[in-house]
Amino acid sequence: MITNKVFPWLDERLGLKTIYKTILDRNVPKVNWWFTLGSATLFLFVLQVVTGIMLTVYYVPSPSTAYDSIQYIMNDVTMGWLIRGIHHWGATLMVITVFIHMLRVFYYGAYKYPRELTWVTGVLLLLFTLGMGFTGYLLPWDQKAYWATTVGTSIAGSVPLIGDFIMRVLRGGSDLSGVTLARFFSAHIWMFPILIMGLIGVHLYLVIRLGISSVPAKTD
Amino acid sequence: MAEPRGISRRAFTTRAMAFVGTIIGTVVGIPIIGYLVSPAVKASTTETWIPLGALSKYPVGTPTQSNFTLTQVNGWEKTVNSYSVYVLRGSNDSVEVLSNVCTHLGCRVTWHTKADEYICPCHDGRFSPTGKVISGPPPHPLTTYETKLDNGNLFIHVLES
Repeated sequence: MITNKVFPWLDERLGLKTIYKTILDRNVPKVNWWFTLGSATLFLFVLQVVTGIMLTVYYVPSPSTAYDSIQYIMNDVTMGWLIRGIHHWGATLMVITVFIHMLRVFYYGAYKYPRELTWVTGVLLLLFTLGMGFTGYLLPWDQKAYWATTVGTSIAGSVPLIGDFIMRVLRGGSDLSGVTLARFFSAHIWMFPILIMGLIGVHLYLVIRLGISSVPAKTD
Repeated sequence: MAEPRGISRRAFTTRAMAFVGTIIGTVVGIPIIGYLVSPAVKASTTETWIPLGALSKYPVGTPTQSNFTLTQVNGWEKTVNSYSVYVLRGSNDSVEVLSNVCTHLGCRVTWHTKADEYICPCHDGRFSPTGKVISGPPPHPLTTYETKLDNGNLFIHVLES
């Protein structure tokens, strides 16, 4: 019934088969396992989005509640430790896969014509991923988070001339405070995710439009 | 698609992907459901015995106020509430502990020695020393707590939802 009537009806209107063919049935050269890292990263990103949305159900980004609400997630909420654990380790793993993905593209020379823009969007995605790591690290609001962000924003402050201004913008003032926590939270759950999602769209469009390059031969 | 007998490489991959995808979806999906409904399922009803000190410190026959606090925990929020009760000690270690919450609209009643009554300041509800309604709008007697004596110390049973 579904395959005979409903699916053809939908396919005629939505072009589902075309979408499927374009995205999943496209021609690829013979490649190896290193070529799976982009998909692995995408999978981890989806996992981070899902677990991250779940964490906002209980997490409250203010100096008086951030730490306690995470303790509540870890100790009292059913499977809270698992959801936060996946988010925590998924974040680390995503940085690793993104980085190795970049190394593969670099060493195979896959960034060359006509794929320069894929590379550029990829580099931006790497930076935004690191931005996610940096902003997410403050959110537990424990000693490690507090001082890591103090150091991190101080490094930004060492830029000549405008450094102090950048540091104040990052911190939302001269010192770390609830303002810092709130803006890091905002960057972590709104700004970076939207930028990353948009860029993933462009990145994947380019991958599908241009195809992927093969493993270079010795003569290349 | 004319496939040879048995399972093709492509069909195998598709099925393997669907299988692994289902497992991942289940491993993430089921905990998420538990995670979301958790506070509703773990509705905590705490029941405790609150110590009110040695019974001997309460005078016989005169309702005497005693205070205690209870900490209510909602998620990561801790709220400390203060409560007052009246302890009426009778002869030979019999004791009655009354809530000071008026049964009319929940104002706090006060013991007035001269009148020999609990008087509610809101609508002039009056109760006898043992909590029976004497006059005014209250529909029920004052609530009493279950009590126990342990080694000369008075405890009351408090059910906190």
